[in-house]
Amino acid sequence: MDQRDQKDPWLSHQPRPPVIPTPRGPVPVPPTFPPRRQLSLTVNGRKVSVAEGTTLLEALRGIGIDTPTLCYLETLTPVNVCRICVVEVEGSRTLVPACSRKVEEGMVVKTDTERVRLSRRLVVEFLASSVDVSTSPQIQAYMNRYGARPQRFGPASPPAGHRDAARAGYHEATDGSRAATVGQPVKKDNELYYRDYGKCILCYKCVEACGTDAQNTFAIAVAGHGFEARISTEHAIPLPESACVYCGNCIGVCPTGALMFASEYEMRQSGTWDESRQTQTDTICPYCGVGCTTTLHVQDGKIVKVTSPLDKDVTRGHLCVKGRFGWQFVQIRDPGSERR
Amino acid sequence: MEDTDLVILWGSNARETHPIFFHHVLKGVRKGARLYVVDPRRTSSARWADVWLGLDVGSDIALANAIGSEIIAAGLQNRAFIENATSDFGAYREAVQPYTLENAEKLTGVPASVIRELAHAYARADRAQLCWTLGITEHHNAVDNVLALINLALLTGHVGRYGSGVNPLRGQNNVQGGGDMGALPDRLPGFQHVENAELRAKFDKAWNVKVPPKKGLHLSGMFEAMELGKFHALYVIGENPLQSEADQRRCERLLRGLEFLVVQDILLTPTGELAHVVLPAAAGWCESEGTVTSSERRVQRVRKAVDPPVGARDDIEILSDLAGRLGHHWGRLTAEDIWNEVRRLSPVHAGMSYARLEALGGIQWPCYDESHPGELFLHSRLWQRPVVGPRAQFSVVEFEPPVDALDETYPIRLTTGRRLDSFNTGVQTSRYRSPLREPERLDLSPEDGARYGLTEGERVRVSSRRASVEVQVRFDPSLRPGLAFLTIHFQDVVATNLLTIDATDPKSGTAEFKATAIRIDKLAERPGAQGRARLQPAP
Repeated sequence: MDQRDQKDPWLSHQPRPPVIPTPRGPVPVPPTFPPRRQLSLTVNGRKVSVAEGTTLLEALRGIGIDTPTLCYLETLTPVNVCRICVVEVEGSRTLVPACSRKVEEGMVVKTDTERVRLSRRLVVEFLASSVDVSTSPQIQAYMNRYGARPQRFGPASPPAGHRDAARAGYHEATDGSRAATVGQPVKKDNELYYRDYGKCILCYKCVEACGTDAQNTFAIAVAGHGFEARISTEHAIPLPESACVYCGNCIGVCPTGALMFASEYEMRQSGTWDESRQTQTDTICPYCGVGCTTTLHVQDGKIVKVTSPLDKDVTRGHLCVKGRFGWQFVQIRDPGSERR
Repeated sequence: MEDTDLVILWGSNARETHPIFFHHVLKGVRKGARLYVVDPRRTSSARWADVWLGLDVGSDIALANAIGSEIIAAGLQNRAFIENATSDFGAYREAVQPYTLENAEKLTGVPASVIRELAHAYARADRAQLCWTLGITEHHNAVDNVLALINLALLTGHVGRYGSGVNPLRGQNNVQGGGDMGALPDRLPGFQHVENAELRAKFDKAWNVKVPPKKGLHLSGMFEAMELGKFHALYVIGENPLQSEADQRRCERLLRGLEFLVVQDILLTPTGELAHVVLPAAAGWCESEGTVTSSERRVQRVRKAVDPPVGARDDIEILSDLAGRLGHHWGRLTAEDIWNEVRRLSPVHAGMSYARLEALGGIQWPCYDESHPGELFLHSRLWQRPVVGPRAQFSVVEFEPPVDALDETYPIRLTTGRRLDSFNTGVQTSRYRSPLREPERLDLSPEDGARYGLTEGERVRVSSRRASVEVQVRFDPSLRPGLAFLTIHFQDVVATNLLTIDATDPKSGTAEFKATAIRIDKLAERPGAQGRARLQPAP
């Protein structure tokens, strides 16, 4: 026994002086910036005033004009790729993407012209003819809204096999009787994700979430160009060999179900996935002290997936592998549940 | 964090242990903040740093004092702040004077020029954040380590301002809340000291009992008391001390020697297997209502999403029933009833009604009344002229090497830690199938691997002064020669805490998990050796 053990632990250290909570200081506030200039613009003939720096999308949503978006997300940097949010701006030769274009003084904007509607309809028709949009309620709603008829491009071509093998820049033109698609086999190379790139509309959200907008892991990027462009790890290696850390933040932002948690994918395959029987409850992740809000999706008394709300300053919708996937321990305690 | 100019992560691998916090650090870095990482290992956080300071394990005070000494020598201290808001600066200046850059280089292994660079950058930054985790606190002089860092913040005035502060990053979702609620030996809810008669009287009256007027024991003190035969019964709620405490063999002996051990937990942990009574509990974060308090003092609601398994009960129900058996009938309390009692007794929580917590998505204490917004950071009072309340005190702390000294028999420094996809003793995380998980191995520098003639994947015997375990080795170029690393996640496979030392900090009771002296021995060829660590007699 060392010397420490000889002492009575109740008496072994000097008592610290009783401290009461420290007195109150001024309530801290983040530094404020001088009020920004107000800009005025005209939207569909209506005068609107917004703060400098506001995007057209924010201005439109602010006055209740529902503008469709696919590649835009509040927590990510706009990339302007899907072109479904386009509006007409007087003096501009082309339609402009509302998601990234900042309001300028005196802008005259039209959001519901024939030209805008046609452009939006073509966007969803091209997407829906070449991509499986069956798990994207958002795109289906836009198809209805804009009267899209993707079938006019003909029946879908059979899947072309692994698109990862496509040569850069090479594209086989069809005879026009069938619609070329991005159909390809589903990728399952780990226990937590399925990647069904036949459902990918190349909105770049996953690349952004994996990159500088959140996770800074850079496991995935867009490879190839033209119609052969696709989301890929470096040299299309399987995820477990890539830089991926399984935070699932790519799945969290995917608008089409191309990226899916294994739990959801497998339940959909077996026909047991039923969102009408699901509840969503916000709670706090049980792991480290950062305090991330997690939304537990529960069906029939079981957690079936975990997401995170976008509007919380701590997470902005992003989680780590523990918060996203480390919940199984609560369910293996159920009598009769399979211990994995 | 995102609006600061400089971030120091000291003894923290936030990239893996606080991943979402690290998102915010990286936002700051992308906006131009410089990142310094102080860690014996070149961790995945250090790889993001502008400068990595790879110090020798346990030499943190020497490094901090040298930074302070250099700041003073260069005349870069914040004189106005020191004069207005601090005390004992003279004693501090005198104490750090011997910690010159040259001396510190010898004590820490960090080049003098790098120490100088950090000192000047930290002192000159308009805003700077100093963050730490268990690399600072899992040492025999944990509190002194923290005080050494606080001295730096006081010296430069990097505290109590927007974008400037000191941040201990909490390791569990409610370790802050546990302390706030008085789960400390000397505090009642709201950090009110139990040895203050006036504060105690308030609780006596509210609870209609006599609150014991003396502080209790912390965990390490309890184990010491067990050793002396003065401690006979232990009620463990949601903790796995058998595997989480240092020197596991001693811990097991003491737990087995108890007359009565109760374990209340959501799963049957190895500690639970030793218990006389096990009380199955609901999982606090998804099977019951309540609040948790995060590292940034933000009280947030946890909510019931699923029912607990048959037989497992809410902690509140268990404790209420237990109180009833002991003659105190509390009635059927909801989590909100109890929270409202906290609000009545703890001034810093008074303004946090459930309705406000819902509406605001959490509130950071202190929150004194229902019109108070909560506070983004603490210690703004130090910038009032004259300062409000007591001055912040400089502390004189001296470098002391780790207790488990290196010598010819035990020449390698083992440090322990966590990986991204696992958590503590793995009770929760071992149940999901992480593609990142690899078999636990002893990480060694490639140089040491060559020195001992080892091949990657080879099983070796790792011995400390307390025990030996067998484990495979892996070469990790992020380790410097003489440094080895094990996690604590897979103690059923590699019982890391058989090796660690139970030398504890007398002020906080934390054990020195971060600094163990070990030896590595090659094993004789033994075909068919199994993957489990065997308990072997201490050499």
